[in-house]
Amino acid sequence: MDFKGSDTIPGPRTEDHLPHTAQAAVKIVIVGGFGVGKTTMVGSVSEIRPLTTEETMTQAGIGVDDDYGSESKTATTVAMDFGRIQITDQLVLYLFGTPGQERFWFLWNGLFEGALGAVVLVDTRRLEVSFDVMGRLEERGVPFVVAVNSFPDAPHYPVEELRTALDLGPEIPIIECDVRRRASSKDVLLTLTRFLHSLALSGALT
Amino acid sequence: MTPPRRKRRRPQHQSPPPAPAVKPAGGAEKPGNPERLYTIAGSTDGKRAELDLVTLIVARSAPPLSASPEVAAVLRLCTAPLSMAELSAYLQLPFSAMTVLITELIQAELVQARAPIVRQAAFDRSLLEAVMHGLQRL
Repeated sequence: MDFKGSDTIPGPRTEDHLPHTAQAAVKIVIVGGFGVGKTTMVGSVSEIRPLTTEETMTQAGIGVDDDYGSESKTATTVAMDFGRIQITDQLVLYLFGTPGQERFWFLWNGLFEGALGAVVLVDTRRLEVSFDVMGRLEERGVPFVVAVNSFPDAPHYPVEELRTALDLGPEIPIIECDVRRRASSKDVLLTLTRFLHSLALSGALT
Repeated sequence: MTPPRRKRRRPQHQSPPPAPAVKPAGGAEKPGNPERLYTIAGSTDGKRAELDLVTLIVARSAPPLSASPEVAAVLRLCTAPLSMAELSAYLQLPFSAMTVLITELIQAELVQARAPIVRQAAFDRSLLEAVMHGLQRL
């Protein structure tokens, strides 16, 4: 791997520097199928230009089929886009748009375990793509809200019909959004935060 | 038109599922860990600090004259607090490689790590209120 000299490494713009008082960060994960708008959502609310962190794994690490022996391993790069919002002088929020396939999640230690909660972004043209993700979050006890990204040619279902189809309890917020718009993406994040707050009030958060 | 239907699942009160098993390669990797393709530093004991994607890293000193280019870059970037994820992105290093590098810098007392706040049983409501207020200001 070629490593560029330290002088050529791009860093944050001066205006993007966090204050020295920044003591801790929290994270929210945006999860959904390919092309559902995760990256667009991260980009529309982030205060910094969205960045990408990568991880490399071998094909054998995917754990699907290891019958061919080590000589058949090939490297796979998994990328995750993220953005940042400064909450206070002490607190920073990071947003991660992560692939829907659970086999990638362990690459980033504690990605979901430590997150405040998750936004499951769905496309009504391919609703079933999000089924497995929701199940995994339920199994892991990660609180989530469902955000329906409105694509112009996507079928429109009433929220209650979606709730039935997705088999979600009445307490789980389902919100329609247009992730290209900052105000809309912000509403989704606020919906999640209010939901987490209500869980904290009821003592239901584990 | 009727949408496809899902069946909800229940929390499995147990630790997260183990990583898919891999055959140990070259003896250096523990079974159950994906094989990492990069090594930056000569860390042989395999110990890593508990570094999260959003652990904030702050430089404690200027780069020593003997610093490697990547160490110098990290220390220069971290004059203001910067998360592990951002360091990985700016240096274009896989997160696992970044973890190894930062672990060494913590041991050498060249950087300080500020741990993230994670979800827990007794959730801090004031924290969530702060996040709400911060989002509303966007």
